[in-house]
Amino acid sequence: MTTTWLPRDLHPVAWWCWAIGLAVVASFTTNPWVLLLVVATCALVVAARRGDQPWARSFRLYAVLAAVIVVVRVLFRVLFGGGDFGTVLVDLPEVPLPHWALGLHLLGPLTRESLLFAVYDGLRLGTIVLCVGAANSLANPKRLLRSMPAALYEVGTALVVAVTVLPQLADSLRRVRSAQRLRGGDTRRVARLRRLLVPVLEDALERSLALAAGMDTRGYGRTAGLTAGRRRLTGALMLVGLCGLCVGTYAVLDRTAPRFLALPMVGVGVVAAFLGLVGAGGRVGRSRYRPDPWLLPEWLVLGSGVAAATLAVVASHEEVLAAYPSLTAWPALSLTHLVAVGLAVVGGLASPAPAEPAVVAA
Amino acid sequence: MIELRDIGMAYGERRVLDGVNLAVGEGELVLVTGRTGSGKSTLLGVLTGLVPRFSGGVLTGDVLLDGSSIVRTPPRERAHHIGYVGQDPAAGFVTDTVEEELAYGMEQLGLPADTMRRRVEETLDLLGIADLRSRDLRRLSGGEQQRVALGSVLTMHPRILVLDEPTSALDPTAAEDVLATLTRLVHDLGVSVVLAEHRLERVVPFADTLVVMSGDGALRTGSPADLLADSPVAPPLVELGRAAGWQPLPLTVRDARRLANGLRDRLGVPPTDAAEPPATGGLEARAVTVTHGSKLAVHDVSLALRPGTVTALMGRNGSGKSTLLWALQGSGRRRGGTVSVDGRDPASLDDEARRTTVGLVPQNAADLLYLETVDQELTASGATPADLARLVPGIDGDTHPRDLSEGQRLALALTVVLAGAPPVLLLDEPTRGLDYAAKHALAVTLRSMAADGRAVLIATHDVEFVAQVADHVVVLAEGEVVSSGPVRRVVAESPAFAPQVTKVLGAPWLRVDEVVARL
Repeated sequence: MTTTWLPRDLHPVAWWCWAIGLAVVASFTTNPWVLLLVVATCALVVAARRGDQPWARSFRLYAVLAAVIVVVRVLFRVLFGGGDFGTVLVDLPEVPLPHWALGLHLLGPLTRESLLFAVYDGLRLGTIVLCVGAANSLANPKRLLRSMPAALYEVGTALVVAVTVLPQLADSLRRVRSAQRLRGGDTRRVARLRRLLVPVLEDALERSLALAAGMDTRGYGRTAGLTAGRRRLTGALMLVGLCGLCVGTYAVLDRTAPRFLALPMVGVGVVAAFLGLVGAGGRVGRSRYRPDPWLLPEWLVLGSGVAAATLAVVASHEEVLAAYPSLTAWPALSLTHLVAVGLAVVGGLASPAPAEPAVVAA
Repeated sequence: MIELRDIGMAYGERRVLDGVNLAVGEGELVLVTGRTGSGKSTLLGVLTGLVPRFSGGVLTGDVLLDGSSIVRTPPRERAHHIGYVGQDPAAGFVTDTVEEELAYGMEQLGLPADTMRRRVEETLDLLGIADLRSRDLRRLSGGEQQRVALGSVLTMHPRILVLDEPTSALDPTAAEDVLATLTRLVHDLGVSVVLAEHRLERVVPFADTLVVMSGDGALRTGSPADLLADSPVAPPLVELGRAAGWQPLPLTVRDARRLANGLRDRLGVPPTDAAEPPATGGLEARAVTVTHGSKLAVHDVSLALRPGTVTALMGRNGSGKSTLLWALQGSGRRRGGTVSVDGRDPASLDDEARRTTVGLVPQNAADLLYLETVDQELTASGATPADLARLVPGIDGDTHPRDLSEGQRLALALTVVLAGAPPVLLLDEPTRGLDYAAKHALAVTLRSMAADGRAVLIATHDVEFVAQVADHVVVLAEGEVVSSGPVRRVVAESPAFAPQVTKVLGAPWLRVDEVVARL
């Protein structure tokens, strides 16, 4: 129990759930105060709880991206006009468009309300992006892949390998480009591309074969002896689960479909898929080295995210004016939203401090 | 323990292995050697199961592990018995930190968590890599990567280790480390080791059994001393022993030294270097400094490459050799200092002019090649088949460059680079994967280029090759020159870079042919 609060890396799933909770808060409101509070929460928790690893530095990139989103959203509004009602701020001349572009406006009067709407909307999208950025800088994306259920192990490995291959490919590209400059040869455009691509692809192919051989000799893909009947059962369950989910989702979205096909079908699908995954997981005789523990702080972080999201959804129904403030009045902050964001802050900071990076030998 | 019975392996018409029988006992270190292309890797692949699954071809015969046939068992089901580390350990890494890599194999075997934890710690200590545990695998040096790769296999507690050229890419000190680790495994844990290697000089003293592939699909097995007496591949020490008529052949420098007492008197006056070449022309570099970000890769290096001389650039992995070569060639960015070839700075030239000033053969010669046949490559670069034939005769112009042997491919890359007729030629690790004969051919080629008035610089780890080919040696450490001068002097000063003949006979002697000439 003593280790629970000592510096360590929190389970990545907890951080992702927390960040998704905040993103849900952001997507259920256009109130700029709430959105700015969410942004502040992300920034605060990231500043307090991110480690020293390379992915932790990505938060600034996401912040820039979010700012760009707001600016682009506003520019689009100015450029394509829109809402004609409200107080006109600047009366830009409208560019006449040919009749086939009917319904499109270019420039035209810019009203305070339409500008405000664009700012709110852009802010909302930017905040959601920032939440994803926070998750990315708080949790190692590769560790998240490692936490996948056993049945999805192969997918996880493929993703990890793909993530590592990218920098290698860039490296190989750089090497070949400088090598090709050492020799004479065709300098036409297509030939130049070929000179670059052929060695890089050959290199990549050789690497992947070497990796496959290496993985195979280290036991990747071993099968724990399972009976044919068990395998067939697993396959059938997965298939039923998939069909159930497809039909159910369709029925939920299509209001004319019979209701018994909607939620009940989704439920059947989920249960069957879950049983199938468990069955498939039993097929793999694999174990996990030093899995991330799931302790009280993980529950707190996860819980605060879920609670914040729930409160925000409730507020969007019960306090519509606070969640989607009128464009003509100064927006007000409701207590529910304040509590939601406050919970997220407290939950986020309830996590233990990140582990000190091990001393790196020179 | 593991036994090959009447193994035959054919790729189409070509029979690589034919009627091969081999038995490896417990705690035995078996060294497999032979010319390039004689089937060493194929033999190892048969043991691990990667051949024919990853190579194609038709395999006949049987592989027995403790008396039961495993020839149909795929490599993954052999993983807990047979561990394999390939030629490039970095290419086989699956995860991204040392600790996770060590655990990967055990995760596949489904071992319980506490066993995994214990074995990881044991292996970290056994290989002396405990301080690397959370390091990024891609930032390790070559020797460290090799040891981590060994460790990642050892955690599965295999009974046989199969290693393909484990020391070929390593500097002498790192190679010694890896070999010392291997002998410790054999002695302490009773692991059997089967390893293929070109550079016998390092491994022969540790081997219990030698397997020589003759190239026609057959192999000869026996004790190293017996087989080396007439093996087509032999380390310099054995050649010296053959020349001096020593019986039995010495396999370690220590044995040879005891036998050499009388020899030194018989040889008389030691050889001396030829007159110093003219001190002008060629390439002149002063105070060259290169940085990678904030890291100093090459610091304040001055050197001169004179026409008619071959200079060797040595130093441990990561000491800045490649960086220096690219900086001298002109495409690597210099932070400070000057480089001049006949009064021109190669960095200020365009690619075309640079090719006619400084030629560089990069570490991976295949990076230079991109066409389907040897002839197309030659034509595209402006060389002729005659140029290639001067270096290595008898290459069919319709062959795909990938199908050439390492030595032939290097010759092709060299021809392509030489098409620009540069007065200065730089080579980065040209001896990788070359057997003794190919290395000898390369040495002859480089000497003849120097004789044509070119200045040649080779970055290499291979001390025996340096003894054969170089006039001067420059030793780099941490990007700085720590020693430089004529080969005989530098080698006498640094025992780590001394070739075997020097170790046996003392300082001025470098090569077997010098000794042979006096006998």
